[in-house]
Amino acid sequence: MIPLSWALILSAVVFVIGVIGVLIRRNAIVIFMSIELMLNAANLVFVAFSQHLRSIDGQVFVFFVMTVAAAEVAVGLAIIVNLFRLRETVMVDEVNLLKG
Amino acid sequence: MTQIWSNPDVQFVVWALVKIVVILFAMLGVVSYLIYAERKIAGHIQARTGPNRVGPLGLFQPIADVLKLFFKEEFMPAEANKVIFHIAPILAVVPALVTFSVVPFGPSPALVVTDVNVGLLLFLAMSSLGVYAITLGGWSSNNKYALLGGMRSSAQMISYELAMGLSTIGVLILAGSLSLSSIVAAQSHWWFVVFQPLAFIIFMLTAFAETNRAPFDLPEAEAELVAGFHTEYSSMKFGMFFLGEFMNVIAICAIAVTLFLGGWNGPGPPGLGMLWFVLKLSVLLFCFIWVRWTFPRLRYDQLMNLGWKVLLPAALLNIVLTAVAVYWGSHR
Amino acid sequence: MTEALFIGFAAMLVASSLLVILHRNPVASALFLVLAFCSLAGIYLLFHAEFIGMVQIIVYAGAIMVLFLFVIMYLNLQRDEEGGVHIALRRGLGWVAGTVVLAEGVFMLARRWAPGPLTPEVPGEAAGNTQQLGMLLFSRYLFPFEVTSLVLLVAIIGVVVIAKGRSTAGSGTRPAPGEDG
Repeated sequence: MIPLSWALILSAVVFVIGVIGVLIRRNAIVIFMSIELMLNAANLVFVAFSQHLRSIDGQVFVFFVMTVAAAEVAVGLAIIVNLFRLRETVMVDEVNLLKG
Repeated sequence: MTQIWSNPDVQFVVWALVKIVVILFAMLGVVSYLIYAERKIAGHIQARTGPNRVGPLGLFQPIADVLKLFFKEEFMPAEANKVIFHIAPILAVVPALVTFSVVPFGPSPALVVTDVNVGLLLFLAMSSLGVYAITLGGWSSNNKYALLGGMRSSAQMISYELAMGLSTIGVLILAGSLSLSSIVAAQSHWWFVVFQPLAFIIFMLTAFAETNRAPFDLPEAEAELVAGFHTEYSSMKFGMFFLGEFMNVIAICAIAVTLFLGGWNGPGPPGLGMLWFVLKLSVLLFCFIWVRWTFPRLRYDQLMNLGWKVLLPAALLNIVLTAVAVYWGSHR
Repeated sequence: MTEALFIGFAAMLVASSLLVILHRNPVASALFLVLAFCSLAGIYLLFHAEFIGMVQIIVYAGAIMVLFLFVIMYLNLQRDEEGGVHIALRRGLGWVAGTVVLAEGVFMLARRWAPGPLTPEVPGEAAGNTQQLGMLLFSRYLFPFEVTSLVLLVAIIGVVVIAKGRSTAGSGTRPAPGEDG
């Protein structure tokens, strides 16, 4: 039986790694992967509490998160591909047309 | 020392390890003789005799082949991504091997490594991981033919995986369980191929595509892509890709036997279960080889059209029909 | 044994997620993310969420990450070059901000701050049955389930419109309505 606190700490660490990834990287694809890491950290909490509270609702939410993540990745990668076609780069700080 | 052995955790791990080692070595032997069988059958289909020089009837040919592969030069293309180039062949073998951990070879629990309650999902997960070996192998070789082969394969495998997953759902509805042992047990009277002929056909067609066998062997397509994703591979790394492909064929046939052909069910005492399983498996493996040497390769657009416009709608139709039939059956 | 496996998977998860954000080669990042997702699937199995664990591998490792790899290879991205004072400064700030967020989380956990009850509603058998999950999905969560299918449909249409690009001027250049939904 795994203590709930272990899962919460692990999830917090993974979430923060995702946050740091978004902050320090310039490659849009790697930023996207960091967002996936954060989503998965949240999923881990759902599953841990689902086990802890003996209620399966948490796992249903994980299922929904995965569906939304899949849709998000498909749209996001399409945008990145289009961005590359227009600007020949995926570095987010070189895409500053709206900055004026 | 005796205390360690009486611990159930330790017993479980040791027992599982023993089964894993047995399956690993059995598979190595089966694969080498499957290759021999393929060459022999291909020979007879083309009115030749096939390998017949090494040993009686050429029976030692697999050993000679393996020795030959060992003594070939290891070649590493310039500018290749070295780490990924080494990892890709391993990724070709591992998912196929993991699939065998849930296949029930016989009625006794000792004849399945672990009877997990999501066995079918594990099979689908492992077959979805198979695409990495080919994509990464093609990409890391730094060769345009290899890259094109790898890209084609990822598109092909992703398309056909959907139809394969959907074709198994009819079986799930009938059996009401994801555990492969329960699915086999549910077929003690009637094999599911009787109720699910459409699903069986879809499953076998997608199985040819998932294992990159003719008529769907576009990722390799010798005539246009040299050898596809493994153009730059030589020696034992090439051997690993070869091993992975044939292990995948055996794994997918074993799953087809389990899902549609009643697994170890058959006439006679339960002790004969494993024999029935091996017999059905051999028939399916023969069909795989037979199809490969009979049909021409599809064009790329034909492949995509077949996958998305024929197999996928047919699999969805099959789910609806099965669900309606089961609902009627239970509410009459 | 469960605890030991959890620690092993957790170490693998943290190490591979760190390598995702630290490795300069996008392909290597993507592969480490696959490893992270697989170790997360292992952790789900330890929590008796077998269905979610397998779906994690099928959806994330088998579909989403293949899409990532496909795009990285299609764009032929090389190693990122990250030099210069400006970028080094931002990296430093990023690490500081991340550490602050982690410290906040640890602080909250240490104070045992939690909304709602922390004890099981119905003490009993551990959850994790695929059948139960299906029952719940098609009864209490039927409406959200149907909405996700709509989300997926919108995403498909959006991707087709975006990926079509401007090559066919006049038709299909406008962004799809609700592609951000």
